[in-house]
Amino acid sequence: MCTDCGCGDVNLVPLELQTRILARNDGTAAHNREHLRERGIFTVNLMGSPGSGKTAVLEATARAFADGSKLAAIAGDLATENDAMRLARAGISSRAIKTGQACHLDAEMVHHELHHLDLNGVEYLFIENVGNLVCPAVYDLGQDVNVVALSVTEGEDKPLKYPTMFAKADVVLLTKTDLLPHLNVDLTVIYQALARVMPDPVVIPLASRQPGGVDGWISWLTQRHVGAEMAVS
Amino acid sequence: MHEYSIVQSLVDSVAAAVGSRQASVHEVRVAIGEMAGVDCGLLTTAYEVFRAGTLCEHAALTIDRIPARWHCPRCQMAIASGAFLRCAACNEPAQLASGDEIVLQRIELEVA
Repeated sequence: MCTDCGCGDVNLVPLELQTRILARNDGTAAHNREHLRERGIFTVNLMGSPGSGKTAVLEATARAFADGSKLAAIAGDLATENDAMRLARAGISSRAIKTGQACHLDAEMVHHELHHLDLNGVEYLFIENVGNLVCPAVYDLGQDVNVVALSVTEGEDKPLKYPTMFAKADVVLLTKTDLLPHLNVDLTVIYQALARVMPDPVVIPLASRQPGGVDGWISWLTQRHVGAEMAVS
Repeated sequence: MHEYSIVQSLVDSVAAAVGSRQASVHEVRVAIGEMAGVDCGLLTTAYEVFRAGTLCEHAALTIDRIPARWHCPRCQMAIASGAFLRCAACNEPAQLASGDEIVLQRIELEVA
C-alpha cells in the first residue's frame, strides 16, 4: 500500500520468470529417459485415437519379436486393464495405468509404474498412451520416439484437424490398410495432409492382422534402437 | 481436457516463484503457443475454477497467444502454417521457430 500520499494504491512489483509451466513434468521425464537409456532400453510413446489399432500394433510387434528381443509395456486407459491384459497374453510384460478422468499419461505416472515393471533384459518399452489425439502430445514421458497410430478408417483429413499431435510424431503408423479394398479412401490425400503438419513425414503402412503386416515398422524400430545405442557408445 | 492439469502446474509454479515473500499475486501472465496443444478458452475456464482458495485467487490471468512460425533452418525463409512444411528452395524440412510455448512469463505482486 502506498503510504506516501494516502492514495490507497498498492505497490505492484513485477517478477520476470519465463519458466516452462510443465518444468516439473519435464524434469521427471528427463529422469525416466536417463534411467531407461542407462539400461539400453528404447522407449516408444505410442499415441493415437481410441480404436486406431495401438494395442493390435503392439500384439503384432510381440509376434514379430517372438523368441527375440524382450518387450515391456505400460498401457494407459481411463478405465479397465483390458489392454495391459491383451499385451500380457501376447507375451509382453505389462502394467496398466487407470487414469480415471485424466485424458493423458504424464511423466510421474510412468515413473511410478517403472518401479513395478521387471526391466531386466528388456530392450523395448512401449508406453501405450490414452486414446486421444490432443492431450498426450503435451506431456513428455521420457520416451525416445513419439509414434502415432492413424487408421485408414479415421478420415483423410485427420492430421489437419490435430496438427500438434502429428507435428510431434517421429513416425506415423498407417494402420488397418488391409481394409482399404472396402473403403473409399485415397492414401495420397492422407500423405498430403501429413506433409502439411509434419516437417519430415515418415509414414509406415501396416496391417497388424496380416502375416508380415508390420515388417516395415519392425525394421524402422530396430534401426532407431541401433542408432540410439551407437549414439550412447 | 488437460487444461486443469496445466493450471495446477501453473499455480504450483507461481507458488514457487512467490516463495516466502509477504505478497499477494495481482496478475499472472503466460505465453501459450498455437502449436502447444493448449486451448486458451479452456485454460481460462480451468483457471477460474481452480484458483479459488489458492494464492492466485485474486490474480488476473493474461494469456499471450503465440502464433506458429515455421521457417527453413538453412535459408530462414518463412513457411506458412498449413502449407507443405518443406522449403521450396532448399528442400529442407521446416523448423518451428516459435509457437510451442507453455510458459509462465511474469507475475505481478502486490506488496504491502
